[in-house]
Amino acid sequence: MSTAMGNPTAGASPGASPGASLAGDPYAPQQDTVAGPVFTVTGQDWDAVVAGAAEAEDERVVVNMGPQHPSTHGVLRLILELDGETVTEARCGIGYLHTGIEKNMEFRTWTQGTTFCTRMDYLAPFSYEAAYCQAVERLLDIEGDIPQRAQDMRVLLLELNRISSHLVAIATGGMEIGALTVMTIGFRERELVLDLFELITGLRMNHAFIRPGGVAQDMPPGALEQIREFIKLMKKRLPEYAAFCNANPIFKGRLVGVGHLDLAGCLALGTTGPALRSTGYPWDLRRTQPYWGYDTYDFDVVTWDSCDAYGRFRIRLEEMWQSLRIVEQCADRLGNSEGDPVIVADKKIAWPAQLAVGSDGMGNSLDHIRHIMGESMEALIHHFKLVTEGFRVPPGQAYAAVESPRGELACHAVSDGGTKPFRAHFRDPSFVNLQATSILSEGGMVADVIVAIASIDPVMGGVDR
Amino acid sequence: MTDPDARTDDDKLRAGSRGEAAGTAKQEPKVGSTPQGAERDLGVQEEMPENTVVPAGADSLEVIAVREGMFGVQGSGDTSGYGGLRRPVVMPGASPRPYGGWFDEVADRLADGLGADAQAAVEKVVVHRGEMTIHLRREHLVTTAQHLRDDAGLRFEVCSSVSGVHYPEDTGRELHAAYHLLSMTHNRRIRLEVSVPDSDPHIPSVVAVYPTADWHEREAFDFFGIVFDGHPSLTRILMPDDWPGHPQRKDYPLGGIPVEYKGATIPPPDTRRTYG
Repeated sequence: MSTAMGNPTAGASPGASPGASLAGDPYAPQQDTVAGPVFTVTGQDWDAVVAGAAEAEDERVVVNMGPQHPSTHGVLRLILELDGETVTEARCGIGYLHTGIEKNMEFRTWTQGTTFCTRMDYLAPFSYEAAYCQAVERLLDIEGDIPQRAQDMRVLLLELNRISSHLVAIATGGMEIGALTVMTIGFRERELVLDLFELITGLRMNHAFIRPGGVAQDMPPGALEQIREFIKLMKKRLPEYAAFCNANPIFKGRLVGVGHLDLAGCLALGTTGPALRSTGYPWDLRRTQPYWGYDTYDFDVVTWDSCDAYGRFRIRLEEMWQSLRIVEQCADRLGNSEGDPVIVADKKIAWPAQLAVGSDGMGNSLDHIRHIMGESMEALIHHFKLVTEGFRVPPGQAYAAVESPRGELACHAVSDGGTKPFRAHFRDPSFVNLQATSILSEGGMVADVIVAIASIDPVMGGVDR
Repeated sequence: MTDPDARTDDDKLRAGSRGEAAGTAKQEPKVGSTPQGAERDLGVQEEMPENTVVPAGADSLEVIAVREGMFGVQGSGDTSGYGGLRRPVVMPGASPRPYGGWFDEVADRLADGLGADAQAAVEKVVVHRGEMTIHLRREHLVTTAQHLRDDAGLRFEVCSSVSGVHYPEDTGRELHAAYHLLSMTHNRRIRLEVSVPDSDPHIPSVVAVYPTADWHEREAFDFFGIVFDGHPSLTRILMPDDWPGHPQRKDYPLGGIPVEYKGATIPPPDTRRTYG
């Protein structure tokens, strides 16, 4: 007979099943099921659990970890089968954050789609907008028409986003093993990136800034100076992470050799991103299948050869340096292209106006309103058609992939020639990488499960979509 | 669906994707009935009456639906004058050789590797927007995938993604599964596509070849009801285990309630006017 703590089949509230014999603490009940006694653990009741486990004939314990919010990864449920402190089986339960974003996108215009997909992975929203827009642009056959300034702005935002996402990965990964200072300084620096996002796009997240055809707005005045100041500051602050962690014996003790996944395992499981590069294989879509001029930037693909959580940490740390290099080059290019267009010239696709925040707090463009309301009936009709009906995308399908902070992120967009996506499916790197949970955790200690999962940095908003 | 040629009149909207109309390349955009066998290519004339706009370009048409009217209004409410307009929804059809670039190399190598089965396995090859899609018959999916993975000249060692698509009006082939394969060795991507009828939504699982397809196939099952035979544990993955229906099918309602905003009422998205 086995001892089960948290019944894997009964979900989060085993105490609610009818006929359960509740013993003792009403908030931490114990019940007997066919699978053995089930304990609901809420803290300060470990004695009962230990006593119950001691009564069992073997040491096999099934622990239902979650569904809860392990730092900022989102709501994840882990079902662990333990033999003593060794994990013999590990499975993931996902879907707690499923909101039907892909289904919703099928009921909005192609332009509105970017508003939805940016909400999938809240730590790397620009990557989602980028993959989606690249797929739509391929279907429209306008990939070659995207203005250079728009491409540079996209690269700038993607790389700033990579820095902020890696900061959170390192910060929460540190927090999960008790390195709280890494967490506080990680979020401190991330705030600087979010300030830049707010300056450029108007929002800290949910930007919907990268649009099919270009970007929504030109750079605001003063943005380049702020970016240069940020680069200067980050060059001072990034070494702090290395000083805190790289050679820290406790940190290394928790990370080195944990969550081993070699190249063959990565390919079989489709694992990409830092986990793949930690096997020493320099696969980075920015280099191997470059988009938006990534091949013209000077940066290195970072690899490590240890296949473990420590290697993934070091890769993220170094990738932030590389992203800073790219941001620096973007800032120079944007400084030289002031005034260039940031969206395609095709008026059938490009949004009609560059909006500015008016006195009522709404985005507006007085020049454009004067034009459509006072000067040109055709312009008004055109504006109305484009904004309410949207543009049509020729039938077909496209699969566009970008290198997100977590690996290959792709959008499979299908059009039936209408004004709305017929289907937009996202190949989410967190979703795929999370499949490696079993191979990363099984055979290891239960304390290493958290480190192993943190090392692939899953974000459940993207996993569940 | 084992033999596409055995399909009946239900499919008569599907124009010569089997290759019998491959000789009528480069159709100009045309309105109404035209000579030179255009009606034959498009199935039967009563399905494609006058007012039908046929798009240009493809040498074989893959009609998946027909759209009527223009402004999302049906019946007598449409005073736009476009109420009688009928436009077929045409997906890119089979591409003629040469496909261009390395696509031919992959197609040749695959045909050589499959040997006698090649004709039976590959339904058609579509090259569109620089991407190659190989449409396969389902009973040959696993052997083809295995070959694509193991042949050193092909070496598609990673299955990036599996996504389901529901074409409710593509009779007899309503459910499609698209497998996006990536070759890191050769830095190439191709897409395999398998179509099955709604009444028999079975596709063999490729988990034995690509373990990463495990969750992808569960997702396609969860959202589209495609049953992947041979999958180690085909259960729902994102929806609750006891959820009825498959939410991303086109016949599954989006749901929603009217929302009031600044005095106006905005209907839920699935009941708003659509422009087709």
